[in-house]
This record gives sequence, structure tokens and C-alpha cells, in this order.
Amino acid sequence: MASAFDRIADIIAETSDVPRDTIRPESHVIEDLGIDSLDFLDIVFAIDKAFGIKVPVEAWTQEVNSGAAPASQYFVMENLAKRIEELVAAKSGG
Amino acid sequence: MQLEYFRMIDRVVSADAGSIAAEAVVPEASPVFEGHFPGHPLVPGVLLLETMAQASGYLLLARLGFARMAFLIGSKELKLRRFVRPGERLSVTARLVHEGSGYAVTDAAIASEGKRICEVREMKFSLADFPAPELAAAMRAEAARIGLGA
Repeated sequence: MASAFDRIADIIAETSDVPRDTIRPESHVIEDLGIDSLDFLDIVFAIDKAFGIKVPVEAWTQEVNSGAAPASQYFVMENLAKRIEELVAAKSGG
Repeated sequence: MQLEYFRMIDRVVSADAGSIAAEAVVPEASPVFEGHFPGHPLVPGVLLLETMAQASGYLLLARLGFARMAFLIGSKELKLRRFVRPGERLSVTARLVHEGSGYAVTDAAIASEGKRICEVREMKFSLADFPAPELAAAMRAEAARIGLGA
């Protein structure tokens, strides 16, 4: 099974116009890859389906907007992959 | 249907947490038919899409207890199989595909006398707080008008 990072990078490349080889662990989804909110929702839908989870985008956005968390915690690729792995682990009780 | 007022759904036939079935009767006359098209009145395809979006929207509104509004933000695939003319009675159905965080996805279709007219896959809606209390009240009133518990 490919890593969460690779699966998410594949999803972003398939869902948006971003070339797969430009997506790196340090890439910020919005600032570096230029993903806008509509494309991001498409990506979240694809992640929800692929991983069988419900990415809590609203809670993340609220945390970032209120200053409770830096945007990089959720929107830098390697961190996003970690958050997804945590959600998958929480779902499976692991 | 009152096409010029974007009032597309006439009556909800059935609804549960994951699906809705509704009826819509195309009027015999409408200003819309004066332009679309002279001498050849047809319901515009975009209004059929709107009709499926509204059925989906009512499904989502009911599911959310009318606490939030569903705004159409995209769809994956639309098929318009045949013309829809004045006076036709349409069966409109929508089904929840996925409810995410702040968004939802539905499939929807329109048929008449058991035959497919059009369908749309993966309509996406942003689920957001009502931007105005008037809109929340209007949606509840419309839902009551078409027989959907609000």
C-alpha cells in the first residue's frame, strides 16, 4: 500500500491541474500548489472516499482562523498526510 | 413549477435521511418559453439541473434540520436525454452520496412515466450558515409549501 502522502499527492494531481512531480512533502497545498477552496473540497471528497474517513475541514479551518493552530499543521503536505493517518487510525480504533 | 421564480419543486412524495422523491409539473405557459424557444417551447437544461439541485437541497436542508443552507458548487456529470415540454409531469429524485465536513454530495435524476429524462452525478453542495434570516424563513416556508416537514 502506498503511503498516505503518495495517495494524497496522486489525488491532488488527478483532481486539479497540479503536476504530480511538483507535489512534495514540504508543499503548502494552498500557497505552493495554488489549490483554491473549490478544488480543495474536491480533493477532500476524494480523500474521504479513498480513506473511508470524514476529514474535519470545518474544525481545521476554525482552528486556523482563530489562531489556535498554524495553517501549516493541516495544509502542508507532510502534515496533512499525518492528519489523515491519524484519522484513519482513530476510525479503526488503532 | 414556476420557472421564472426558480420554484421548481411542487410536492415532496417521500423523503428519508438519505433520499427524496418529488413531483414537478411543467407549466403550459411561462415567460421562459418566449425565449427558449420561439415556436418550440422547451424547459432549459440548466433549469432541469436546477430542479435536481433543489431536490438535493431540500434533502440536505431536512437532513440538517434547516439549520444550514446548501449552496450548489459543482457537479461531475450531467446527461440530458430528451427535451422536456410544457405540461409534462416530472418525477424528481435525489440521493445522498456523501456528507463531509461543510459539504455534501448527491446524485439526482428526473424521469417521466418511468422513463429517464436526465441525471446528474456527484452534485456538490457547500453547507453553510444561512447568510440572512429571511433566507432561512423562506426555505422553511417553501419546504412547508411542498410538504416537507420543517
